[in-house]
Amino acid sequence: MAGKKTVFVDSDILVIGGGFGGCGAAYESRYWGRDKKVVVVEKANIERSGAVAQGLYAINCYMGMRWGENEPEDYVRYQRNDLMGLVREDLGYDIGRHVDSTVHKFEEWGLPIMTDPDTGRYQREGKWQIMIHGESYKPIVAEAARKAADAVYNRIMVTHLLMDKKQPNRVAGAVGFNVRSGDFYVFQSKAVIVAAGGASHIFKPHSAGEGMGRTWYAPWSSASAYALPIRVGAKMTQMENRIVLTRFKDGYGPVGAYFLHLKTYTQNGYGEPYEPTWRQSIEDMVGDYVNHEPVPTCLRNHAFLKEVEAGRGPIRMVTKEAFKDPHKEIVGWENFLGMTIGQAVVWAANNIDPKEVNPELVMSEPYVMGSHATCSGAWASGPEDYAPDEYQWGYNRMMTVDGLFGAGDTLGGTPHKFSSGSFTEGRLAGKAANKYVDDLGTNTPEISEEEYLELKEQIYQPLETYRVGRNEITAGTVSPTYLLPLSGLQRLEKIMDEYCGGVGQRYMVNEPLMTRGIELLKMLKEDLKNLGADGLHQLQRAWELHHRVLASECVTAHTMFREETRWPGYYYRGDHPKLDDKNWHCFTLSQYDERTGEFEMEKAPVYHLVDDVKQAAE
Amino acid sequence: MPTFVYMTSCDGCGHCVDICPSDIMHIDPVTRRAVNIEPNFCWECYSCVKACPQNAIDARGYADFAPMGHSVRVLREEDKGTISWRLKFRDGREKHFESPIRTTAWGSIKCASEYEIPSNEAINSQELAHEPDYLKTDQGLPSVTVDHFIKYELAPASAAKKKSKKVSAQAAE
Ligand SMILES: Cc1cc2nc3c(=O)[nH]c(=O)nc-3n(C[C@H](O)[C@H](O)[C@H](O)COP(=O)(O)OP(=O)(O)OC[C@H]3O[C@@H](n4cnc5c(N)ncnc54)[C@H](O)[C@@H]3O)c2cc1C
Ligand code: SF4
Ligand code: SF4
Repeated sequence: MAGKKTVFVDSDILVIGGGFGGCGAAYESRYWGRDKKVVVVEKANIERSGAVAQGLYAINCYMGMRWGENEPEDYVRYQRNDLMGLVREDLGYDIGRHVDSTVHKFEEWGLPIMTDPDTGRYQREGKWQIMIHGESYKPIVAEAARKAADAVYNRIMVTHLLMDKKQPNRVAGAVGFNVRSGDFYVFQSKAVIVAAGGASHIFKPHSAGEGMGRTWYAPWSSASAYALPIRVGAKMTQMENRIVLTRFKDGYGPVGAYFLHLKTYTQNGYGEPYEPTWRQSIEDMVGDYVNHEPVPTCLRNHAFLKEVEAGRGPIRMVTKEAFKDPHKEIVGWENFLGMTIGQAVVWAANNIDPKEVNPELVMSEPYVMGSHATCSGAWASGPEDYAPDEYQWGYNRMMTVDGLFGAGDTLGGTPHKFSSGSFTEGRLAGKAANKYVDDLGTNTPEISEEEYLELKEQIYQPLETYRVGRNEITAGTVSPTYLLPLSGLQRLEKIMDEYCGGVGQRYMVNEPLMTRGIELLKMLKEDLKNLGADGLHQLQRAWELHHRVLASECVTAHTMFREETRWPGYYYRGDHPKLDDKNWHCFTLSQYDERTGEFEMEKAPVYHLVDDVKQAAE
Repeated sequence: MPTFVYMTSCDGCGHCVDICPSDIMHIDPVTRRAVNIEPNFCWECYSCVKACPQNAIDARGYADFAPMGHSVRVLREEDKGTISWRLKFRDGREKHFESPIRTTAWGSIKCASEYEIPSNEAINSQELAHEPDYLKTDQGLPSVTVDHFIKYELAPASAAKKKSKKVSAQAAE
């Protein structure tokens, strides 16, 4: 694509992805760095981009310290319990102590937060969640970010990070292309904050036809947050910790408000409770963890799955009683209209009125992300004032690559951040990046012309491949020389589903399966060189696929490395069916070597807050 | 439900193209009107529906699981600060909902740079912008010390040989 213009953009702090983490990063970078040039680059339009495009009905991470509701320590315990013991407690504490100031700022900006008429406090949905009228949550937060940044570049798909040509292991910027004009963009920056969201469409979704886009996490969550750092050798953690969710059938409507606020509950296809049935089998697998309060998300999934396997599905949410209360009925519907409109559509289409019918639930396909009840992502340095040495090598939220920061779904080890925690983590990264830039002085990174020109060639290759290949065939989508992005995506989803624990295998994996999976992924990765794109939109799809494939390789390498079943209900190692604290009460870390295509795996220790440590493994 | 566009209402203004997070609303070069070019990548997020000044976009439940005959319509009014919904079931029943969307004027957010320049002391502290005030407690920013953290010791054998193994496509061949 010699004809495409190259645009150079210089900055002090470059934020990749203008979602919740990215908006927080932009705001805080500006607050602390008045003299800095802060640039945000976003593949869609920051007004409605990311996982919060359609809004949210709750803020799922709020301490309420001002009312003595929770302290950061309580939050850390909650994270740890839910994730079966393995979280970065230093990072979690940090989110907990700052997140309230974020939420108070959101309220000041104009986000309607519901209040409890009796207490005057924010209306709680559950212990950690508060209820909002969040249709415009994203545009409101985007307004603050737009004002804070020197420039927001919308519709630029970032494809690769650039490394410093003088100093190894130091980031120097990023490249990408404008999805509208096709122009090639070279961003040079002293610090880079990756906040590019999580990953859907790594595993095959339930619906593979027109409805394949109606996944739980947004179809545009394309794993860039992982692929960008992985490629340049940043260490990743807990990538095996994919999440599977209990959701309303077909629409993936969330169940949180239903369980917590509406007090609905589940039963099997015969109207019976089923969780107690599986308690003993869970204890056999995970021991004492079954006694955690609340019961970890994955273990509740496990009971659901076993009950369905036993032939007593479908599992239903009992809504008939709660929906008799008109207030609850409104909450039930608005909950979807505010964040998962598709669920309201599915119910309207099927004549499902939860007042009269108890709607079906389903167990979703796995997702890879770092901000929900799961914590896949990059390995990051902890807060300076207390993080143990093994968790601290520089600036807060900096990855193992100098100058490369992350926030939200991008960073691993910190589950249950959700929207407010992701924004808060962006703020932490923004402040730390500002400090990093100050400390650089004149020792600033430099991009290499050779590197970005080579990447430019790679980036536009699918257009050329298609142009040439297209002339060999009469018409249609079948070509012997090129692979369309959609075909490649479907191949990826099938491989991951069948060989890495998707729905089709009832979330079951073992070493032989994954060994074969890795071979298949390798051939897919080779075939990506033959991706063909008929235009800029498909070129975006092509690079999203590249990112998903690299992230999938990483997920598989991690899943293979952890020889235990830590989170039954998320996935099972058939060859290591039990939780094994003696050997695996630790983080898994990987580091990718682009030259060899290998992931080097290691263990990293888990530190617990001292007052509730269980010293020895049973 | 993927979106579709009514021929007679769309004037080709491109607002939907501009907003769609999935980049699938495009202007058709022949009709000069908007079209969803990739329904299977539509999240039914309604961003385009809300943004269309002509109310030309509607959605129909995904063909592979939604029976026909329903509709979910929306009207988002920024000046009034509300969003209203009308749901029509397949059997004709209707439900209506309305919610607030914002409590302040659009564009009223104070820029991060309009606040007093933070001191060096603040820059070197653990506090974020507007803290500790915005925590709204009298306690200041909570903290712990490093000795509050204790390492979980793995079984000696497992911990001693810092298990490192290569997992790669090459190795699997
Ligand atoms: C259905 C649903 C319900 C949820 N419910 C709640 C809830 O009730 N309460 C709550 O608090 N949280 C909820 N969440 C979680 C919350 O949305 C996420 O935790 C949060 O958005 C994560 O922030 P992030 O910045 O990591 O990712 P995102 O907000 O998704 O932002 C990522 C951004 O990066 C951009 N991007 C991606 N790749 C690239 C690239 N290559 N180049 C340039 N830009 C790129 C994307 O376009 C996007 O704007 C929900 C999420 C979903 C999907
Ligand atoms: S916003 Fe509405 S009127 Fe404008 S192009 Fe899109 S569908 Fe047509
Ligand atoms: S509903 Fe959302 S994803 Fe679908 S076309 Fe409209 S803006 Fe795009």
